[in-house]
Amino acid sequence: MLDHILSILIFFPALAGVLGFVVHKDSMRAYGIAVSIIEFALSLWLWFAFDNGVSGMQFMEQLPLIPAFGVNYILGVDGISLFIIILAAFFTMIGIASLTDTKDVKNMIVTLLFLQMTMVGVFAALDAMVFYVFWELSLVPMLYIIGAWGGEKRIYASIKFFLYTFAGSLVMLVGVLFMAYFYYQATGQWSFAILDWYRLILPESFQLWLFAAFFLGFAIKVPMFPFHTWLPYAHGQAPTIGSVILAAILLKMGTYAFIRFSLPLFPDASTFFMIPIAVLAIIMIIYTAMVAYAQKDVKQVVAYSSISHMGVIILGTFALNVEGISGSVFLMIGHGVVAGALFLLVGVIYDRRHTKLMSEFGGLASVMPKYATIFGIMMMASVGLPLTINFVGEFLSLLGFYQQSHILTLLAGVAIIVGAIYMLTAYKKMFFGKVTKEENKHLPDVNKRELIALIPLVMITIWLGIYPKVLLGPISNSVESIVQLMHDKAVSHEAKIRIPNLSEGVEIITISQQGGH
Amino acid sequence: MSPVNISVESLNLVTLAPMLIPIVGALLILIIDMFKGGLDKSLYVMLSLLILFIDFNALLNSAGVFNQNGTMSGVFDVMLIDGLAILSQFIIVGASMLFIPLALTHKRFHEFSYPEFFALFLFMIAGFQFMVATDNLILVFVGLETASLALYTLIAMHNREKSFEAAIKYFTMGALAAGFFSFGAMVFYALTGSIEINQIAAVLSANGYADIGFVLIGVAFMLASFGFKLSMVPFHTWTPDVYEGSSAALAGYMSIVPKIAGFVVSMRFFEFLIHSGVVWLEVVLYILVVVTMTAANIWALVQTDVKRMLAYSSVSHAGFVMAAILIGTTQSNSALFLYWILFSFTNLGAFSMLWISRQKNLPTHQSSDHSFEKFSGMIKTSPMAASVMALFMLSLAGVPPFALFWGKMYMISSAVTGGYPVLALIMALNSAIAGYYYLKLIVFMFMKEPQTRSLGGAVYVTNATGALKTIIGFATIGTIFAFLAVNPILEFVTSFVYNSGY
Repeated sequence: MLDHILSILIFFPALAGVLGFVVHKDSMRAYGIAVSIIEFALSLWLWFAFDNGVSGMQFMEQLPLIPAFGVNYILGVDGISLFIIILAAFFTMIGIASLTDTKDVKNMIVTLLFLQMTMVGVFAALDAMVFYVFWELSLVPMLYIIGAWGGEKRIYASIKFFLYTFAGSLVMLVGVLFMAYFYYQATGQWSFAILDWYRLILPESFQLWLFAAFFLGFAIKVPMFPFHTWLPYAHGQAPTIGSVILAAILLKMGTYAFIRFSLPLFPDASTFFMIPIAVLAIIMIIYTAMVAYAQKDVKQVVAYSSISHMGVIILGTFALNVEGISGSVFLMIGHGVVAGALFLLVGVIYDRRHTKLMSEFGGLASVMPKYATIFGIMMMASVGLPLTINFVGEFLSLLGFYQQSHILTLLAGVAIIVGAIYMLTAYKKMFFGKVTKEENKHLPDVNKRELIALIPLVMITIWLGIYPKVLLGPISNSVESIVQLMHDKAVSHEAKIRIPNLSEGVEIITISQQGGH
Repeated sequence: MSPVNISVESLNLVTLAPMLIPIVGALLILIIDMFKGGLDKSLYVMLSLLILFIDFNALLNSAGVFNQNGTMSGVFDVMLIDGLAILSQFIIVGASMLFIPLALTHKRFHEFSYPEFFALFLFMIAGFQFMVATDNLILVFVGLETASLALYTLIAMHNREKSFEAAIKYFTMGALAAGFFSFGAMVFYALTGSIEINQIAAVLSANGYADIGFVLIGVAFMLASFGFKLSMVPFHTWTPDVYEGSSAALAGYMSIVPKIAGFVVSMRFFEFLIHSGVVWLEVVLYILVVVTMTAANIWALVQTDVKRMLAYSSVSHAGFVMAAILIGTTQSNSALFLYWILFSFTNLGAFSMLWISRQKNLPTHQSSDHSFEKFSGMIKTSPMAASVMALFMLSLAGVPPFALFWGKMYMISSAVTGGYPVLALIMALNSAIAGYYYLKLIVFMFMKEPQTRSLGGAVYVTNATGALKTIIGFATIGTIFAFLAVNPILEFVTSFVYNSGY
């Protein structure tokens, strides 16, 4: 069974979703929870069977899909994708478990299960075309979740979300097709397999163009600074579950894709664009932090803070060394846990008051002590307090980038500290002071169902903050092989210097470029 | 005068078989009606289906022969059975087989009570088959006109005010196109003394395009003529009105079958001109492709009726596919057929979904037969139908892994390999624009509240019968599981296109 565990992980939720149409409406929640628990258990089994000592791909599966055009169904995980897959399974489980009374709960759960299929598919795919299929397909369930269960402007938000990402990915598709064509020119056969592409060394001018094409698709998904405008809308209008999944998993597709595609395929272009992208990332950190400070709606604060932290992930990724990339992968997981938890927490208060305006609250700490405690822990984690999960990732990311540029790292570091201000202010506005509003005086504290979702998140936040090595070991193991690959593939002198050589490392087969066109 | 001796073998009459089958079938239907009138439409539907089935088998047979012996010609070299002819006939006959059961509606519609409808339908198929299976411009013309005249009548038989308008409009435009075609053919005859495309190509390249001015005049006329038939912008103006006036089923049919015939003829005609370096044609075709894709997409954005939206969308798809002829490589020509096979499944499915929701009379709160408002909140009242419709929309938008994505992907790839990177980018971005209007219907169906809850979901399936549901089921399965079929289709198509020398 372990031979096909990835396929099972991908298609089990989809199959369950199809069968879910038959399940009665009243039992649907229990069905959804059961399915997602099984899925989560399977993903844990994957982790258990995962060999931490191997840096390459494990549990590979391969089936021909369109052999005439080199499209194959190839799956595999390494230390980078493994934990994001587990995170996806975990958050779907928590999301369904914490689902409050929703209309059309059956449609919601079926949609979530389909969404889970696409999420796991994106992170397990090792064929660019299969990756693209899941990448695009993930838009559809999210479109429906935002558009059907969202707030007032849900239709605008959902369409903006879809079209923005769709347009970006189509440009990426052209890039993918070009990449396959270059591979065809070099070797005489079509292939979309990423591992095949890894062996191809492209001249720098080609790399720049292809990097730009891929970048557009990924940057919109992350979302990076000039392309971020769809995200606040999507978060603002999406129901709690939508925001949780969006922040925790869907955004990670972009950053993951940078590590899986952009860096190893185009090491020279990555070096070339390192500083501009780092500047964008820092603008993203500072600017969105400032915007977050100006928000009146607590969900928008969390949304903008989430964009801000994605900037740190990008910065770590483009440090192009083991510390930075490992840190950014770890931060992806940390950010997923923390941002997901914060959106859940916002959902808790929204269910009680049906407003997200901070001015409506105040003094909640005395009314809902448990809620305030959990919110406090998560806020501290979001700010990056040591001994919480985000600290590890942020620290490593900055450490990694420090080796590339001192000044930019300093700026980013300061920005993160300044970023703490808006979180603390938001916390102050909501929880401290006197209870001013009559409606707030008798709000019930978090109930059991909400605790079931929140307690594990708090535990993970602290556990991984104190002992990150469980994840960091396999992550940096796989990252090392990618960095080494990048170093070996780099053509330009600049890239050879910027990307550290991890010495003896892996041997790669180089294919000489037989002239472009 | 010595007697002319022609051996029957040299005529190679077997090349005519696939066209003769529907003609004989049509005559058979007329004869049946002569002996006993007033028979039910189901008889004629099934008869047509059987005839098309035989036709399909004849095509399989010629495909086998083509695989062994290569291109065949017959009847004084007028008939030309090469890979393109066989592939396009497969699409023509296959799409017709999917179309004809759509006549078995729940409600009674005027046109299907006439056996002539079915006879004309079969004549039309024969016309299109002639059109693609020759490189003789006169036979192309005859085939085109036979098919078109039959099609005008089929549209008018829908017997609504708008249908007459549509038929007249289509007829007028078609007549203009026919004029252009004959004029263009005349210019080429004057230049080369031949009306066979390969002869024209040979003579022109032998004299090194000496009379390039006249060639360009001829090309301009031909381009205009095919522009009308393939609804290229700016010759597309008839399309939305004609689609709106004809029944949804026929509109879906029109978006597929006449166009593939047009594509094959323009592939035969323009390919050699592009490859011989007529730069002017390349530029004009480039502009035509880009404008058709983009402008049609933008018009589609503002439509308030789903059928008109789909009409503009099919114009845009035609522009997208026309790019294959501009690129002119084996891969792009294979992409054209792959795209059109996948497109025919999806688009016929989409139009059939409109067809089963067609009411006899227009309720007061609806501005047109298939206004967007009619579909609002459809997920609440008939979730299955809404999901299927959404599936077709996503496929048309090019969301993977549904059918049309693979066509799009292969087509864009052929632009990449053919050395048209900018065109590839424009094609990709146009798919994004198109995403908006397909999404609009999904938004109406899934995210809005139903307008008239009292009616329930019945309105969306008012016309549904077992036959129609079967067709939609076919289209649905084809759309979802296309990724399994792409490889065999691709290999088949590529080998046929390659062996025909395109």
